[in-house]
Amino acid sequence: MKENKKTYWKGLEQLNNDPEFVKNADREFPELPSTLNEEGSASRRDFLKVMGFSLAAASLAACEAPVRKMIPYVNKPVDINPSVPNYYASTYATGGDYASIVVKTREGRPIKIDGNELSPINKGKVNAIVEGSILSLYDKERIAGPYSGGQLSDWKTVDAQAKSALASAGAVKIVANTIISPSTLKAIQQFADANGNVEVIMYDPLSNYGITKAAETYYGSAVLPSYSFDKAKTIVSFGADFLGSWISPIEFARQYAQTRKISKEKPEMSRHYQFESTLSLAGANADYRTPIRASQSGLAVLALYNAIAKKAGAATVSAPAVEIAHLEKAAADLWASKSASLVVSGSNDPNVQVVINAINELLGSNGTTVDFANVAHYRKGDDAKMNQFVTDLNAGRVGGVIFYNCNPVYDFARGAEIAAGIAKAKVSISTNGTLDETSSLVQIVAPDHHFLESWNDFEPKKGHFSLAQPTISPLFDTRQAQESFLVWAGDTTSYYDFLQANWQGGLFTQVETSGTFQEFWDQTLYNGVLAINSTSEALAPVGDVSAAASAVSKAYSADNASAELVIYTKVGIGNGAYANVPWLQELSDPISKATWDNYLTVTQKWASENGVTQSEEHTSKASITVNGKSLIVPILIQPGQAEGTFGLAVGYGRTKAGRVANGVGVNAYELLDASKGFVNFDITSGVEVSATGDSYKIARTQTHQTFMGRENVIQESVLSEYQKDASAGRSHPQIYKDGEFVKPSKISLWSGHQYSQHHWGLAIDMNSCIGCSACSVACQVENNVAVVGKQEVLNRREMAWIRIDRYYSSDAPADDLSAMEVASSNPEVTFQPMMCQQCNNAPCETVCPVAATTHSSEGLNQMTYNRCIGTRYCANNCPYKVRRFNWFKYHDNKDFAGVNVAQNDDLGKMVLNPDVTVRARGVMEKCSMCVQRIQAGKLEAKREKRKVKDGDINVACAVACPTDALVFGDLNDSNSKVSQLLKIEENTTSALKEVNEERAYHVLEEINVSPNVWYFTKIRNKDLNEA
Amino acid sequence: MLSKRSLVGVRLNFHTLAVLFFLLIGTQAFAADPSVDNSDEAVAAGKALFNTNCKTCHRLDQKLVGPALRGATDRAPVELVKSFIKNSQAVIASGNAYYSDLYKEYNNTMMISHEFLSDEDLNNLLAYIEYGDTADPAAATATGDAEGGAVAAGGGIPNEYLTIILGVLVVVLLLILIVLGLIISVLTKYLAKQDLDEDDKEFVSQKTNLGKVFKSDMFVVIVTALVVALVAKTALDGLYSVGVQQGYAPEQPIAYSHALHAGTLEIECQYCHTGVELGKSANIPSANICMNCHTHVQNVQGAEGVSPEIQKIYDAVDNNQPIEWVRVHNLPDLAYFNHSQHVVVGEVECQTCHGPIQEMEVVGQHSALTMGWCIDCHRQTEITTEGNAYYDKLVQIHSDSKDALKVKDIGGLECAKCHY
Repeated sequence: MKENKKTYWKGLEQLNNDPEFVKNADREFPELPSTLNEEGSASRRDFLKVMGFSLAAASLAACEAPVRKMIPYVNKPVDINPSVPNYYASTYATGGDYASIVVKTREGRPIKIDGNELSPINKGKVNAIVEGSILSLYDKERIAGPYSGGQLSDWKTVDAQAKSALASAGAVKIVANTIISPSTLKAIQQFADANGNVEVIMYDPLSNYGITKAAETYYGSAVLPSYSFDKAKTIVSFGADFLGSWISPIEFARQYAQTRKISKEKPEMSRHYQFESTLSLAGANADYRTPIRASQSGLAVLALYNAIAKKAGAATVSAPAVEIAHLEKAAADLWASKSASLVVSGSNDPNVQVVINAINELLGSNGTTVDFANVAHYRKGDDAKMNQFVTDLNAGRVGGVIFYNCNPVYDFARGAEIAAGIAKAKVSISTNGTLDETSSLVQIVAPDHHFLESWNDFEPKKGHFSLAQPTISPLFDTRQAQESFLVWAGDTTSYYDFLQANWQGGLFTQVETSGTFQEFWDQTLYNGVLAINSTSEALAPVGDVSAAASAVSKAYSADNASAELVIYTKVGIGNGAYANVPWLQELSDPISKATWDNYLTVTQKWASENGVTQSEEHTSKASITVNGKSLIVPILIQPGQAEGTFGLAVGYGRTKAGRVANGVGVNAYELLDASKGFVNFDITSGVEVSATGDSYKIARTQTHQTFMGRENVIQESVLSEYQKDASAGRSHPQIYKDGEFVKPSKISLWSGHQYSQHHWGLAIDMNSCIGCSACSVACQVENNVAVVGKQEVLNRREMAWIRIDRYYSSDAPADDLSAMEVASSNPEVTFQPMMCQQCNNAPCETVCPVAATTHSSEGLNQMTYNRCIGTRYCANNCPYKVRRFNWFKYHDNKDFAGVNVAQNDDLGKMVLNPDVTVRARGVMEKCSMCVQRIQAGKLEAKREKRKVKDGDINVACAVACPTDALVFGDLNDSNSKVSQLLKIEENTTSALKEVNEERAYHVLEEINVSPNVWYFTKIRNKDLNEA
Repeated sequence: MLSKRSLVGVRLNFHTLAVLFFLLIGTQAFAADPSVDNSDEAVAAGKALFNTNCKTCHRLDQKLVGPALRGATDRAPVELVKSFIKNSQAVIASGNAYYSDLYKEYNNTMMISHEFLSDEDLNNLLAYIEYGDTADPAAATATGDAEGGAVAAGGGIPNEYLTIILGVLVVVLLLILIVLGLIISVLTKYLAKQDLDEDDKEFVSQKTNLGKVFKSDMFVVIVTALVVALVAKTALDGLYSVGVQQGYAPEQPIAYSHALHAGTLEIECQYCHTGVELGKSANIPSANICMNCHTHVQNVQGAEGVSPEIQKIYDAVDNNQPIEWVRVHNLPDLAYFNHSQHVVVGEVECQTCHGPIQEMEVVGQHSALTMGWCIDCHRQTEITTEGNAYYDKLVQIHSDSKDALKVKDIGGLECAKCHY
């Protein structure tokens, strides 16, 4: 067995052994921030104040408890029982971003979104944004009713106004993001028919127009194909972050993970090449990752085409030579796994996408991994039309404009022009639910319901349908936008009736069912999804690659000398539509580990050349100018980025999103280039960056909670080694005792716990974990975890119960500085979810002076908030650094009202999970392994007089995980999935289970705290000498 | 009510002497159709059916929302009674005179249909109706009461006894002090008369200097210690009682009487507190549940007119304005308590925690609802494991032990069972 000799580091600070990093690394809690230190010395007055308060508090406590009311329903709905959750299948759709969901409601309030397992698309999985979107329902920024001329109005007035204005407006444009709802389109069509002269223009903030345009050129039909990453043995991605933000990341992540899971029974996995400019989530998971410049990307695609064409015996195209590492190897692998290969590109350039289509065609992927027949509807945006619209608007050729749930002033490349042009339209209407950048400029705002208050239907893919149903009565005087369209078309049908009629006349006639329509409707509503069998002929190419190839070879160059800007998307904030959800703002980005900001990612080389240094949170600012537009942004040195490339994320710089998002970061959409007919996210010319020298602080969590240089936290190997020896990459620490070396678990002070009924445990497959952080947000929603805001993150006081530790690694010996420098420019990346390990020999339990943290008879390490006195000894003694201290009262505190909205205003509080205590100041908290769910699951089993079935109880993080990287279950139940994964055969009540799975290990096994969380070694599908 | 029942009886049983009928009431001598089964099994099965389906509106020997049922098969043919139970409206619609009259007599109150009852169910039900228990309801209440009392007494010697014992002890000690004082004075007087040497004389005749005693260190220390102990004890007791609202019985917006509904009328607790077997909250009944009965029952004990208290329900329903009850049991938010766990799984009687609720005119908090109170019960309570597969493994593992399997043995004292 080969010991793992890699060097791991979380941030450059650690790699460079930065003094500040060293200072903080061995402290559980940093020194008090200086601001507090100054105010911290209590004066005599403060002492008196405090004493006065205590007296008042004591006398108050002596009074009678306040009279509390219990207010039952007048007429209790039969399905709603206080304290019993109800679940409704519905759909999350924001533009073309889609997920079939199940909404958990308590007392009529939606409190949690999970994936719908019946959906063939996302199969019960969600991502961070879908999890977080629930808080937008309770957003204070939502408007209370329709607005007219900037004033709150009423529907009658607004309707009359809109109707007459639209009738006389002339050409009416409806601007929208991708609409995947057939009934919505029908309602809009009805409006168009009634009004005449109406055009629907769709655009997507994260445009994939290049793909649909290329499909039109190459296959004769402007469609978005379905991708099947699960069928691919070789995956090559040119800058497509299909695990983080590209088209349908939940679906793709789920498919991708299926090819990455390995076991003795299936010792094979896909191989993934990524050629990209900035380090994306997909790139971080790639086996081979090559940083390339955006200006080279087209040529790289051409080079791959030529390499494949040579093997296929097809004609090559002439293209400038470009040196791209691993490209030949990728071509060889693609060809070897012909028809189980997949090549994707994130480029929005239609010409590049034509070449991608041609490559997939050569590989026989069309119909297997890429399906142009069973099309997806996630992206219908047409950049060309949208460009035309902006031009028309400014030229005064648009009579009326209706913005249907979209915010182009903020998220379209030419947003500023739209803002200037809106006034030129005779009538401007928006259906947005808040007065955002766009709707604050229009004459009439006819706010739509939130998606959790709406009826709707969706067709995300051909033949796949889903329904959305309201899970709460409308909180405000809003109206479904579709109904508004119907009203303005002179139709008074409610949208619900319209929708049902549409289904009765359409889909119901296509399904084979013997029941009535009502039965069919009820069943579909219950399931949330409906699949219609539809066979479609595979599309054959009608276009030619040569024209596109020559265009590509002209547009791209192998040696661009000027700076390039790549505008990318972060997995937490996405396109910025949910930027006002503080959970997403505080989610530390899996790559940069930064919160509450966007920043210019630069290479280490550029930083050294320009005298920019970065250490921990301290950084400086730069000024970036793109074709005349300038922004001042903080700098973040990002390993893995192509030389000469700068990266900037969209989704920030909102000005009218609300108190959480306003003023956070800068708006990168402004820098997008729409001059070539498509929205270009890769700006390869006219980019100037200069460091301003102003200092700035970015709240990054990457060096928080480190393991202080302990080894073997990450254990990994490569596929070929794993196939030879399943325990490859494992470290087996041994302890010297009485003349021999023994396993650490053989030496213990403790006699060991006995778990007679359940023994809860978690298995985490680091091969499947892609770092998407859905678990983090899911945990935050489920467990009422407070948001602390940027300043407190800077003070190292973030509260996340589950964090994703991102490690960079390299084989280069740590003392070989020049080798490390190379390595750090393109390191390997490993993600490790870290939460309370629920140790059987828990170090925290033994040091608590008040027994506030104790061990349960089911293997859980319990935390009792009301007993905790806040000594923080437990956190100091926790080797995994997973305990979080409530430094402040984060709820009902005006100082945190702007960030911790879920615990501070009446509306936001509706999202809180009533089964979990909101923690007070001065107490410790940590992952409880969702003990409230465990208790609820056990109770249900007891009530039904049966045993707990595997799968009855699941923790929030594992439920959300799109890749099933986390598996929770009862280790005492030998049939549970977790027991089988860990290969625990015997049924023992002992806390120490014999785990026979060779890949499974405990982090820090040598200290024998005996966690109930196991990690599976990470296996990369790399050649040995390169690993 | 008795007289009214007998009138019905008289009218329907022309051949029965009214006097005889009066004598027979309450002695289980209703004439019943001979085809009705009177076996114990049938009666038992019928009782269960009666309790779930009929008891809300009917009693055997007492008029409630609907008529008293005993003797039903004598008043109408058995088959007709069965079809009436199944679908009363159909029978009335068919024009049966007896049932039509009955319908009118009860203000055209419709009885819901029970189509789901099988013929065997109906036979059992009728068996119970005719031959079912006539036991005095008061006896049942008394039993429940005794149980409740036993649980309350489980905590040790009651407080009032302790006080009495202490008082007696203090009196005895004082008496001993007085007697000792007397003895000293007698002895002193005696010694003073004796011929003693100087030293002894001085010793005997020395006056006890009270001032000196008061100023002595020992005295100051003892008194201070006593005062401190007393203050501490008072403070601690005070602190322990902070937030404990035992006996809290606030005035409610409607003078609802559990004694009447749960006690006299024997309405099952679950009828109104619908959530008690489903989840955490037992549920305060919504007004529509009240209206199930109070659509017809408009005043107490059959009095004329609408009771002002019942009128409040009507107002709530008419104005769609919920009734704001005052919460009696205020468990702190940090403690998770689930009714269904205790009622369904633990099979704990409501009275165990809520006290003799069926006797309370105004509901008060019976138990302390402190953590110590919870834990005490968890220490003592045995688990109902029989027939519950969830506990199989625990029972098996516990089988070596002599003691019964109690809540404490399966983690019932662990923090995260209630605090999370």
